[in-house]
Amino acid sequence: MKFKSTTFFYKYFIMEKRIIEVEQVVVKFAGDSGDGMQLTGTQLSNTAAIVGDDVSTFPDYPAEIRAPQGTVGGVSGYQLHFGKRVDTPGDYADVLIAMNPAALKANAKMIKDGGTIIIDINEFTPRNLEKAGCEDEKLKRLYENYNLIEAPITELTKESLKDSGLDAKSIARSKNMFALGIVYNIFDRPMDHSFNFLKSKFAKKPEIAEANMKAMKDGFNYADAIQAMPSFRVESSQIEKGKYRNINGNVATAWGLLAAAEKANLPFFLGSYPITPASEIIQEISYRRDLGAKSFQAEDEIGGIVTSIGAAFAGNFAATSTSGPGLALKSEAIGLAVITELPLVIIDVQRGGPSTGLPTKTEQSDLFQALYGRNGESPVPVIAASTPSNCFDYAYAASKIALEHMTPVLLLTDGFIANGTEPWKIPAMKDMPQIKTKLVPKGTTEYLSYSRDENLVRPWAIPGMEGLEHRIGGLEKMDKTGTVSYVAENHEIMSYHRANKVEKIADFIPNLEIEGAIDSDTLVVGWGSTYGHITTAVRELGLEGKKFAHVHFNYINPLPKNTSEVFAKYKNILVCEINMGQFIHYLRMKFPKFNYQGYTKIQGLPFTVLELKNKFIEISEK
Amino acid sequence: MSTETKYTFKDFKSDQEVRWCPGCGDIAVLNAVQKAMADLNHKKEDYAVVSGIGCSSRFPYYMNTYGFHGIHGRAGVLASGVKAANPKLSVWQITGDGDALAIGGNHFIHEIRRNIDVNVLLFNNQIYGLTKGQYSPTSLLGQITKTSPFGTIEEPFNPGELVLGAHGTFFARSIDNKVNETVEVLKEADGHRGTSIVEILQNCVIFNHGTFNYLTDKEVRDDRQIWLKHGEPMLFGTNKDKGIVLDGFKLKAVTIGENGITLKDILVHDAQEEDPSLHLALINMKHPNLPMAFGVIRAVKKPTYDAMLEEQIKAVQAKSKIKCMDDLLNSGSIWTVE
Repeated sequence: MKFKSTTFFYKYFIMEKRIIEVEQVVVKFAGDSGDGMQLTGTQLSNTAAIVGDDVSTFPDYPAEIRAPQGTVGGVSGYQLHFGKRVDTPGDYADVLIAMNPAALKANAKMIKDGGTIIIDINEFTPRNLEKAGCEDEKLKRLYENYNLIEAPITELTKESLKDSGLDAKSIARSKNMFALGIVYNIFDRPMDHSFNFLKSKFAKKPEIAEANMKAMKDGFNYADAIQAMPSFRVESSQIEKGKYRNINGNVATAWGLLAAAEKANLPFFLGSYPITPASEIIQEISYRRDLGAKSFQAEDEIGGIVTSIGAAFAGNFAATSTSGPGLALKSEAIGLAVITELPLVIIDVQRGGPSTGLPTKTEQSDLFQALYGRNGESPVPVIAASTPSNCFDYAYAASKIALEHMTPVLLLTDGFIANGTEPWKIPAMKDMPQIKTKLVPKGTTEYLSYSRDENLVRPWAIPGMEGLEHRIGGLEKMDKTGTVSYVAENHEIMSYHRANKVEKIADFIPNLEIEGAIDSDTLVVGWGSTYGHITTAVRELGLEGKKFAHVHFNYINPLPKNTSEVFAKYKNILVCEINMGQFIHYLRMKFPKFNYQGYTKIQGLPFTVLELKNKFIEISEK
Repeated sequence: MSTETKYTFKDFKSDQEVRWCPGCGDIAVLNAVQKAMADLNHKKEDYAVVSGIGCSSRFPYYMNTYGFHGIHGRAGVLASGVKAANPKLSVWQITGDGDALAIGGNHFIHEIRRNIDVNVLLFNNQIYGLTKGQYSPTSLLGQITKTSPFGTIEEPFNPGELVLGAHGTFFARSIDNKVNETVEVLKEADGHRGTSIVEILQNCVIFNHGTFNYLTDKEVRDDRQIWLKHGEPMLFGTNKDKGIVLDGFKLKAVTIGENGITLKDILVHDAQEEDPSLHLALINMKHPNLPMAFGVIRAVKKPTYDAMLEEQIKAVQAKSKIKCMDDLLNSGSIWTVE
């Protein structure tokens, strides 16, 4: 069972280093969930972004916090794609860094043909191979087509830090920095940004910072000396001028809400309950006491939304964040927000379902739940963000609609964009659209809680306003006066008011814009987080002379007003989504006259660009 | 917010017709709350009356204050959200034995644990009224109801025990037909900073009529109810000649003048004692061995969630360099592309 490095074919004898010139490159770090792969990936991603690359990342970690060491189930990965014009974290890796056999096995199918695999050979012990369920003969066959580099990362890190004064455990923990050094060398990216990071992170333990920096430098030099290590020249990006930062979808969502609260001049409240992959939203809001934001970690999902409804009643701008199972628990309370016509944003960071499903994997399968998952006629605007950074824009847009139209709004993101990061051109608050709340002006003396303006929106009076005392609640309300009413005709009037109010929001959202080749026969339709993959596939096919048009939906309910007009231009309409065809059902119901075809995937993973390209071609050739 | 404006109880009556059954105990409690609010030192617009679902949860519609009739079981979180969002408000939560102790049991204990400053009126009629007569978590063991035609086989909750179990800072008990006493208890609840739980025994005239008669019948009520006051001896009986003493670890009812008992032997009520042991014993006193305890049984000082939240925000704001969204957006690792 001994895994012998000599049994592999190496290119050691090649004297010149391979230099590979590319527009973009995909790198994946994979190791045990305790190996620090997320940190290593983040460091490379930050550095790449800082030197001007376009970057997209996707962390991929197990649902178990510390799954048994060395097993495939415990592999934590971090993939990043950088270079010129990058819209996805990439399908297949050019370079994989696998810290143990399990990490290699878990990523076996995700490496480009002829790609480079760097393994920590010291971890390829018979015991670890067994834990990963690897047989060395099989592995050998598997990797014949790759440039496999067996780097003794563990031993070299030990050697590098033998005089550091650190204990064996701390030394072992630094091996991810050695690996990072290797990668910096391969891609010709500077180490200074990571040095600065380490210096500030370990400001109180300079010996640890020093040791990590030494391990990184030694990794860098090691890669320089090893002939088999490829050397990439990645084309730099033509990224727009301006100030940038990296951001993931969850933080962008949290900040979009906070930005809306500031613009609307309202205190912000988030009632929530931790749930993967949405927890980071309440975590981020909890740090924002500095902005006066109130986070309330409730005892359950229902408590999360109902505290927010209470806060909205009291005049805060309130939101709640969750994932699919939590949204199910919140359904009844969303209905309460619908009938009381209070502003509220509900964020669903979708994950694989049903039930607990695939908590750390991505899916777009809560669309029906968002649209219809409530008792009674309960219309709610539904919005979907489509990239990590535009979670900020759509959280802001959802907030603006909630506050200006006095309605709960559902914002859909998903595990893919929530955890994915990309560089983001920092917006200035002065450029964000105005938000005009429905708060009644000071000095108002007459108040009818369910009177409506031209957009069917009711006015908002809040406790503390003298003379405007009124009651709201879950029972049907009399039109205009807002008293409890069981009058049959009134219920119909109120039901249509609520529905028409949401329909009228269509007047306030942007029209669809067609990307790609407008004059194609085939229109590719996507919504939410599939944007990056679809736009890349359409662009790449365009470069190959194959024309496809693409529209992407961020506003799901109501739909943009020109939807039908756009659809009418195309012979084929291909609807792509990460579920079993929910949006296509919705479109068929809304616009039955068009002929739709669906392309779906339900593996807890995004589409790959290659899958999409193949499908588009197949459709167009029919 | 304190004010000089003087209100009468009529100022707190809404224009909505009260739709509880004639003779319902809720009507008396509504009157008590309106009287209490008229006497208290808040502006009318600063009251928020919040409820869940159940007969008693219709309460906010009958109050001329800001009101919110919520969904079943969620009164506690609705009230918590209102108070946390605007701690200047005087928040009153109306709930019942089903709303607070069955479907909303989780919120009930966590609200108390947080000690958020809300006055909770827990209407306990030991039955489900609005759904027409099924047993509740406080129905007596063996009680015949529509869903227990052969008698319940469930041990009932004693709400006060839950309050103590959740580290509650305030617990009082009252009964619907004692309006003046209820008014006094409500005022004390309002004065208490933290979650004030007021259990109000309430007669359901339709589905559980007379369940508290053993406590309220004229001939026996003075012997079966003891109204506790902080700092005063625990006396009861028509002539206030009966009292409570500690006998080992247990409470015992005695008569002054019998077996050498004098006033000095009678326990003096200390609602402010942090140790809940004696409060637990008082909460659990019951017929036939002991009178049932009413009044403010426990009122201890502890920081409230809403006050701590405001303090924490102030403390963080004093230290943080991030004062507005632009600061946040430009914080941390940023770079410029030229």
